[in-house]
This record gives sequence, structure tokens and C-alpha cells, in this order.
Amino acid sequence: MAEPALISVRDVTKVYQTGDVEVRALAGVSLEIEAGEFVAIMGSSGSGKSTLMNILGCLDRPSAGHYMLAGRHVAGMGRNELAETRNEVLGFVFQSFNLLARTTALENVELPLVYRGIGSKERHRRGRIALDRVGLGSRLDHTPAQLSGGQQQRVAIARALVGEPKVILADEPTGNLDSKTSVEVMALFQELGRAGITVVLVTHEPDIAEFASRVVVVKDGLILSDERHEPKQAAVP
Amino acid sequence: MNPFVTLKIALRAVLRNKMRSFLTTLGIIIGVAAVIAMMAIGAGAKARVEDAFAAMGTNLLIVLPGSSTAGGSKGGFGSQPTITWDDLAAVKSDIGTVKAVAPSLRASQSIVSDELNWTTSITGTTPEYFEIRSWPIEQGAPFTHADVDAGTKVIVLGATVVSKLYGPTANPVGQTVRVGNTPFTVVGVASKKGQSATGQDFDDAAFIPSSTFARRIQGGLGKYMNGQMYVQATSSETTTRALEDIRALLRDRHKIPASGEDDFSIRNLAEIAGAQAQGTDTMTTLLASVAAVSLVVGGIGIMNIMLVSVTERTREIGIRMAIGAKPASILLQFLIEALVLSIAGGLLGAALGVGVATYLASKFAWPMAIQVDVIVVSVAFSALVGIVFGLYPARKASQLDPIDALRYE
Repeated sequence: MAEPALISVRDVTKVYQTGDVEVRALAGVSLEIEAGEFVAIMGSSGSGKSTLMNILGCLDRPSAGHYMLAGRHVAGMGRNELAETRNEVLGFVFQSFNLLARTTALENVELPLVYRGIGSKERHRRGRIALDRVGLGSRLDHTPAQLSGGQQQRVAIARALVGEPKVILADEPTGNLDSKTSVEVMALFQELGRAGITVVLVTHEPDIAEFASRVVVVKDGLILSDERHEPKQAAVP
Repeated sequence: MNPFVTLKIALRAVLRNKMRSFLTTLGIIIGVAAVIAMMAIGAGAKARVEDAFAAMGTNLLIVLPGSSTAGGSKGGFGSQPTITWDDLAAVKSDIGTVKAVAPSLRASQSIVSDELNWTTSITGTTPEYFEIRSWPIEQGAPFTHADVDAGTKVIVLGATVVSKLYGPTANPVGQTVRVGNTPFTVVGVASKKGQSATGQDFDDAAFIPSSTFARRIQGGLGKYMNGQMYVQATSSETTTRALEDIRALLRDRHKIPASGEDDFSIRNLAEIAGAQAQGTDTMTTLLASVAAVSLVVGGIGIMNIMLVSVTERTREIGIRMAIGAKPASILLQFLIEALVLSIAGGLLGAALGVGVATYLASKFAWPMAIQVDVIVVSVAFSALVGIVFGLYPARKASQLDPIDALRYE
């Protein structure tokens, strides 16, 4: 028997009850992502891509179907187990950065380690390494307000990296950035991909999806297409 | 998760909105301060009452002679001498629970020194009087039993009288004063005793032997004692017993039938003191309860602001959850924040309460006793208030859905 994929989604549906109306955000999605892949999930708003992302991110549980992440069934997990999985297996990057305000870059990056119960010395060490890796080693003490959008997103990426996750989930990470900064951030994701980290990216911009090695298009809660191609290299000038 | 880190996060959140945090804790501050100040003043008042009664004498019973009836108008107790000198001797010798007995014959008389005069209360008594009232002689010595037996013209002056006749620092022992036309030799000065519960100056007094008093001031020493009897019981436990024994003895000696009324009355000072102290206790408890209510109100204030804080920081909660905070960590974070607020309020309130009590005590010359246990209990109670009222907002925060929280604007 073949080793199971890092992410394995089978016939997942998600139904929301809004008043009397049932909304099928996911109508039955099956998807396998191997370790080290750089996958872009594309779709217009309302396609179900955000719901899929939330389920992949263990923020939400499917209404039906199976989801295995790193060999574990997510569907049966309680809130605490979900929190642990998010902390240890996943790293999040959001469109609006979602850094804690009035908190330094280093402290923001250390936060996942705080919830893992790691001592302050080790947290500082690993936080510095992660910030170095995204090129912000000299801005440890800056608060988000003192950083540009691109820098804030890099702090967020460092925060996603610091716990040495298996998967980084990025939800429209370039949505609030200009095109030049977007390319820089994508270059960073490609670099992480080369380092063996699985990156799952949600976007509605085809330009951004081009940087991934696989593009999954979602429409009306179903997978419309799933293609691998040679990624465009985000060369940083 | 490390509680120390949680504490640090909570402290930072509290200090971020200093003004708001201060206003939030104001209810607790005022509550704790009020409780501590009320209790301190109450305890001080109680101590003053107790001191005042202790100054009267410890385990003291006062036997008053009966009332006179003249033409249908009844005089008060003491208006008719019914107690004999023999009664006094019998109380002393026949009752085991009695430690000491002294007569107290009183009159207001003018005392004249070489240059000045002063009208004061003169008491005719025996040396035991100073013992019963725990009233040491500061200069010289008290008069003796020999003086009482012989009716010597000697006098012990109270501190106020000395200061009025000779000046506050003078030592008048050996000097001669006149009471009426009779010259008396000053043998001693009683130490300063202060004021009674009713504000009467104990030191505005002079003492002469009871026999001298009866002869020179009351116009003769007869069978009946024209005054009161001060009795000291052997201990505070035997006071009530001594009272009953004296009553039985005097009824027997006065041949009062079983159905007859006493022709004397006995006051138990310990009982009066106890009732007074209980009165202050009740008042203190009442005031402190009202103050404690404001502590609870302060707790509601904390809950209110914590609920606002949870709503305001919904997104922060979402971020923390997304990167792996468990519901318990979020709960703990907000609970500790409420606890930090309430304990800080408790400590500030304790400081304020001590300050207010000290200020009132010095400004109005009120007695006050700051009680450490009251401070500890009220700070602990404010911490409890923080936990109780912080739990609901903290629980609300921990139960948030991470997706909704992240999306919250």
C-alpha cells in the first residue's frame, strides 16, 4: 500500500444553514496533496475555496467526508486537538496579515511557540532564525505599524514558519500587496517549497497562481480542474 | 501554557488602556477602601469603649444604695443610704469571689492651695480603691489603712487638680491644701488616666480617707455609708457570680423577704461595656456590609469592561486560536486579566483605605485600629470578585469560533 498523501480529502461536503436556506459551500471535493507540493487553489468568490481552505486549515470541520492530515483523521478531532494540529502541523498566512498590533515582530513570530509551551530563550532563538529567513533579521523590535505591508506579510510568514510546520496555508497572501511586493512574497513561498515545505495557496488572481506547480480550480463547491504545470519563477531582481 | 507568560500578556493588555483599567477598578478600589476604613474606625471605636470601661476598673461591680421616698416622690438609686459600713466589711470578708472592696463617698468641694483654688470631685475611700480602679500613684504614696482608721487629714490629688493648683509639672507632695476650712497634707498624686466613655475627665478628682470624708465633709461617721461600694471580682468569669453573691448577702443582712424588692442595686460594668462594644460591632458590620456591596458592584464593572474587551479583541482571539491557542489558554488569558484588574484594585483600595482611616483619625481625633486580617480578607475577596465576574467574559472569549473571530472587523 502506498504511503498516504500529506493531505487527503475524500468526498468532503460542507453545508451551512442560513435561516431556512441550506448553502452547500462544498458539494463533494476530493483532493490529495503530496508533501513538498506548491498548490494554488483558485476560484471566484463564492466558489467554496475559502471553505475548503478553512477545512484544510483545521479551522472548520466538514459536514461529511474524510479529511486526513499527516496521517490523522481531522473530522473526529475536538477543539483542543484541532488547536494542537494547527499549532504543530500547519502555518497560516492571511490576506490581512493578522499580526497582533502594538506587539513587536519577534513577539508576533514567537506566538505559536508560546502556545506550544516552549521557554523564552528557545523562542527568541527560533523567532530570530525565522525572521532572518524572511529577510527581516534587522527589524525584530518593530511593531506592525512601523512596517510596510510587504514586511508585515513577511513577519506573518515567519510566524507560520517558526513552528516548523509540514504545511503552510496562505489565504490570498498577496491580496493587500502591490504587484512588486507580491512577486517578492511569492519568491519567498517558492523558496520554502524548495526547502520541502508544502504550500497551499488560495487566490483568485491567475498571475499569482502561475507561481505554483499545481493549480486546482474550484467552482460551485466542486473541483473544476486540477493541473500541474511548470511554475513561473518569481525571480527577485 | 506557561502561566507566567499569560500573566505578562494580561498585564500588557491592562496597561495598554491605563485610564480604562483604572476606571474599571475604581469600583473595587472604593469598595475595598470603604471596607478597610469602616472596619478600622469601627475597631478603633470599640477599642476606645473597652479602654474607657477598663479605665473604670476591671471586673468592677458598683453597689448603689436604695431610693428614698419622700411625700410620694421617689428619689433615684443612691438617694437613701441603705448600706452600712458593716455591709461593706461583710462583702469583703464573706464572699469568696470578691477580691477587693472600697467605699466611694463623693462631694464636689473647692480645694485651695497657697495661691489658687479649684473645685473638684472629692472621693472618700480606702487604699483598695486605687487597686480596684488599676490607678497607680505617680508621686508620693496612697494613704494607708492606718490613715483610714485614724481619720488623718491627708489627700491624694488627680493630675488635673495638680495642674490647676500648682502647674502641670509641679510635685505638690508635702504641701498643704484646704478643703473647706480643713487643712490637708498632700501625700500623693495619682497618675494620669484620661477620659471616661462619656468624656468625663477622670483626673479632675481628689481622694481622702473615707473616715475623714464622713467626719469633715458629711458631718459625721454613722452606721450607714453615704455613698457607693466599689467591688472587684476575682476574675472576669466570676463577676456575675460575685454579683449574685453580694445580692444574696445584702438581702439577707437587710432582712428583705423573698417577695420584697432590693433596697440597693448592683451595676455590672463588664456587662455595660459588653453591650456598648456590641453596639459598635453592629454598627461596624452594618457599614462594612454596605461597603462590601460596592465591591460586588465593582465586580460587575469589571465584567462589563471585560465583555467590551473580548468584543474589541475578537480578531486577536481569532489569530491566537488559528496559530494554536486552545480554548483553555484563551479562557486563562482573560480570566487572569480580570484577576489582575481586581487584585490591583484591591491593593490600591487597601492603600486608600488605610490612608483615609489615618486621615480621618488624625483630622477628627477618631480612634482607629487598622486590622491586617481585614486588609488580607478584602483583597482576597476582590480577587474572588475578579474570578467570579471574569469567568463569563473569559468563557465567552474561549468559545468563539476561530473563523468568525478571524473575520470579525
